[in-house]
Amino acid sequence: MKIRGIRSFFVIALLAAAVFTVGCGGNGGTPVGVTSGAGSGGGGTAANVQSISVNGGLTPSLNEAPYADAAFTTVTICEPGTANCQKIPNVLVDTGSYGLRLLASQITLSLSSLTSGSGTLMNCVSFVDLSYLWGPVALVDVKLGTQEVASSTPIQLISSDTNVPTSCSSGNTTGDEDTQATLGANGILGVGPEPDDCGPACDPNFVTTPPTGDPYYVCTSSTSSASCSATLVSQMNQVTNPVIYFADNDGVIIELPATTSEAEARLTGSLVFGINTQSNNQLTASNLFSLDQFDNFTVNFSTCTSSLNVFGVCDASYIDSGSNGYFFPDSNIPNCADNTAFFCPTSLTALSALNEDPNTMFTNTVSFSIDNADNLFASDNGTDAVFSTLGGTNSADSFDWGLPFFFGRNVVTAIDGQTVPNVGTGPFWAY
Amino acid sequence: MKIPLRNSALRSKRWLFGLALPLLALSIPVFAELGGDVTTVQNDQARMKGTLKVTEAQAYTIHEITSPEGSIVKEFVSPEGKVFAVSWKAHFTPDLQQLLGTYFTQFSQAVQGEERTGPGRRPLNIQEPGLVVQTAGHMRSYSGRAYVPEMIPQGVRAEVIQ
Repeated sequence: MKIRGIRSFFVIALLAAAVFTVGCGGNGGTPVGVTSGAGSGGGGTAANVQSISVNGGLTPSLNEAPYADAAFTTVTICEPGTANCQKIPNVLVDTGSYGLRLLASQITLSLSSLTSGSGTLMNCVSFVDLSYLWGPVALVDVKLGTQEVASSTPIQLISSDTNVPTSCSSGNTTGDEDTQATLGANGILGVGPEPDDCGPACDPNFVTTPPTGDPYYVCTSSTSSASCSATLVSQMNQVTNPVIYFADNDGVIIELPATTSEAEARLTGSLVFGINTQSNNQLTASNLFSLDQFDNFTVNFSTCTSSLNVFGVCDASYIDSGSNGYFFPDSNIPNCADNTAFFCPTSLTALSALNEDPNTMFTNTVSFSIDNADNLFASDNGTDAVFSTLGGTNSADSFDWGLPFFFGRNVVTAIDGQTVPNVGTGPFWAY
Repeated sequence: MKIPLRNSALRSKRWLFGLALPLLALSIPVFAELGGDVTTVQNDQARMKGTLKVTEAQAYTIHEITSPEGSIVKEFVSPEGKVFAVSWKAHFTPDLQQLLGTYFTQFSQAVQGEERTGPGRRPLNIQEPGLVVQTAGHMRSYSGRAYVPEMIPQGVRAEVIQ
């Protein structure tokens, strides 16, 4: 199927509504040239460095609790090939997804969506918490750091359109996160180890039918779900990890300092683009793990059970900056009474797990601790956002090293198919 | 506006070898319901036009359906012929409303009733009377399982439901 970009009246109408929202005092994106107030920082000082902050994000401004253990940054997007740009603050930095997704309600630019015939290309992605994002695929120039530019890159505009097909929404019971309150952010910057959100499973060069979950649709009406049909999309037109179009395009390094206590208000660090491409992104990590075909590695931990029923092995494990805690199967640690999704041990519990490369069998032991999440969230009158001992339960075969794992480590994520000078081809993680 | 052609060689072909080229077109996948009869599994396989593999374990049978792009749904069937558990491993989570059947309402209410401080992204772990549902994974690699504890055949550990 040929998808080509033309100006989309649908998107323009949507953006006109966004302008109205901003004019009424909503939390609009900050136009370039206007100094941003509180929130995550702008670009770093080096060409390939973007500053990030674990600071609770925008939810305190909505009178909600801070977004715990999540790194945010400010993304600059431009109408392709122009100087019409906009800074969008409070975008979640997520190595567990691929591609940039922004709330359409926060965008004041005039953007073109990808089309097929008279239809608009729409993207539906679900997350592990059974939330989903729905909206058109549009092209923007993505600018991060001071000089990294991804020209005409497909991103998702998270819309509030009412044409969501049942096959997109059905089963995703946490619901459509198309507002700041539900998403807890203005968007998600997916910089994980794949170049796009679906890959060959959605690409007509490889398959003849869309995969389970139907991530892409063509819709001819923004109000009628009946106007939508699931479609295949070539990889180059899928929502794309912008890093692959940067000058430093083989991956990212997230650098966050160690914490000094279990609950803190703020932690500031860097998202560095490229691995072994500049003097400031040399691979010095001593622990490098290649990934299996599902972009997972193995964690050996006593209470795991692998997909082949091997006790002590979590073979569907991963490192993910977008998970807001350590998540692993451990029925010995009680869940919380208040925050039921998290662990609440009676006292600080020290643990260790062994990370293992599924191909080379290289291993490295990681020590970590879990504390009572109800107490952590209540500390400092509930104003903290950085929790180094936050955790919760996961499925039997899955150990999820979420954001606390990044504290005090430089965590390298190399992208599938990209060549890392002097190392080899991604995907891999290193720290 | 014309989209410049990109060098598709940039993109990975690693998945290619993991993807069996489909011989049959896939219709909308419909899965057996948790708690339903084994006969629905055969209906599902026909509707999915996926491949069905049946594995006999000591106290139960696994019906494993693989869709053309490689997503896997397993249905665990008791000696009485009831689906006591389901699991999945897929690019994107399959429709749990279809997979959980009559248990979906209970699951959905439990997810929405989960108390939490602030927003966040994390695996779901729903432990209800008579129903356990867990989700895991990340984009392009989601997995999970659901089971009815009371229906698990005697002597079978819940951990084998993967």
